[in-house]
Amino acid sequence: MVSAVFHSPLQAQAEARAARSDPVRAGAAAPATTPPELPAVRPAKPPFDGRGLALKVFPPLVGVALLVGLWALLTMKGGVFPTPAATFAEAVKLFSDPFYRNGPNDVGLGWNILFSLERVALGFGLAALVGIPAGFMIGRFELLNRMVSPLISLLRPVSPLAWLPIGLLVFKAANPAAIWTIFICSIWPMIINTAVGVQRVPSDYLNVARVLNLSEWDVMRKILFPAVLPYMLTGVRLSVGTAWLVIVAAEMLTGGVGIGFWVWDEWNNLNVTHILIAIFVIGVVGLLLEALLVSFARRFSYDND
Amino acid sequence: MNQFIEVQNAEMVFSTKKGRFHALREINLGVAKGEFVTLIGHSGCGKSTLLNLIAGLTLPTSGALLCDNREIAAPGPERAVVFQNHSLLPWLTCFENVHLAVARVFGASETKARLKERTQAALELVGMGHALAKRPHEISGGMKQRVGIARALAMEPKVLLMDEPFGALDALTRAHLQDELLKIVARTKSTVVMVTHDVDEAVLLSDRIVMMTNGPAATIGEIVSVDLERPRNRVDLAEDARYVHHRKQVLDFLYTRHGHVEKQAA
Repeated sequence: MVSAVFHSPLQAQAEARAARSDPVRAGAAAPATTPPELPAVRPAKPPFDGRGLALKVFPPLVGVALLVGLWALLTMKGGVFPTPAATFAEAVKLFSDPFYRNGPNDVGLGWNILFSLERVALGFGLAALVGIPAGFMIGRFELLNRMVSPLISLLRPVSPLAWLPIGLLVFKAANPAAIWTIFICSIWPMIINTAVGVQRVPSDYLNVARVLNLSEWDVMRKILFPAVLPYMLTGVRLSVGTAWLVIVAAEMLTGGVGIGFWVWDEWNNLNVTHILIAIFVIGVVGLLLEALLVSFARRFSYDND
Repeated sequence: MNQFIEVQNAEMVFSTKKGRFHALREINLGVAKGEFVTLIGHSGCGKSTLLNLIAGLTLPTSGALLCDNREIAAPGPERAVVFQNHSLLPWLTCFENVHLAVARVFGASETKARLKERTQAALELVGMGHALAKRPHEISGGMKQRVGIARALAMEPKVLLMDEPFGALDALTRAHLQDELLKIVARTKSTVVMVTHDVDEAVLLSDRIVMMTNGPAATIGEIVSVDLERPRNRVDLAEDARYVHHRKQVLDFLYTRHGHVEKQAA
């Protein structure tokens, strides 16, 4: 509503151009003392939709400011909890040298994140490799669905950490066990979403395939896969979220290099500042992973392009 | 005339969660080559079920269906179906949707260039030559239905099966597409079986109108032969005594003798 009052930017540009090419006319419209360009340029400012932008930017900023304010207020009297200013200063120090190595147990924050991401990528990648085809099979064949759906319902709610001992037992090493935990926890959303997607493929599409006598391979490739892709990507997105949640917990127990282990290490050092920074970093990385996959999903979904 | 499609004593019983549902009984119907037959009846009378039987999408509980003297055991490209809601694949363009069908039917015997020609020709036949690269969600409902028809026609089917193809369209678009269909069928001499619930559509398009009784256990009540020469013009026919008579015949059957019975509240 507000923007209706303002000139459109195009119009303002045209006016500015007119003013430049015809200083006499523009000058005539302006008070005699001002330079000729000024009055024509002035209307270019209002078209900026201040209210819309302010509504987008302002509330989140206020939210963050309130949190930091509350934090500052609560830590004013000192205690074990560091102040925002101290945390920020420490963060600057950490971020300025993220890739140092002082022996196996003391490496930079960047290394820790990269090692965690590597585990997530491996565990999650393997889960996708197994989970997506499994989801297709379960969705396509009713018998298989009935066979495995009680198992899935039973295993899906199991806490990630309960799987860790199984991994340690089988692989007899910490790192594969952590990857195994990621794998088993991030596989369920992909299996379930893919299977649901396959089951929800409109029967009309499958009837088209039947009338055309497409082979099972062609049905998979040309009908099922594109139809299921949006569901599948939702599953992938949920899985990455889960994987990132699980890695911190798994690394706390297995040790080595990684953001989860780092948090635990800093707890043992009673370095609360670093723990706060780690929480922030874990949040940001999770957010980035999610954003990456959302944009990926949007590219491949056929109904909103 | 030999019968091209033959339905012999077909029965259809569905087993649902609520028990057995007897949809069709004792259906006997023959369709000659090049004939345009419509199936009309109140909703739930099993006309779509009968069409699906001819398509081979469902198999009869008992009885036999023949197409060109061979038993219909499965769907196949020689019996192309135009579905009620167009059923275009949304991730493919109009061209690709039709090409999928063309490639399946002629892919083994013809060159790629020829397949493209066929696809193009089919889309131009239905007046969609301008929208080859458009996706289904970018075009109107009438256009989608045209592409659906193009996909079916492009397969050069022996029989064109249409399940209320114009049911979801507005009256003007529907009339336009009916006229187009008349022209296309006149040119291709296709055998057509079409499900409809529109009396005017049935009389305008058909050689014979198959009127079905109400379900459950619906069957063919009566068959009206429409003796109107082709090409037919809807405006001229509006006052034609024979057209009005056939229209009355169908209306009489549907509303006087087999008025739709509302389901009793259980």
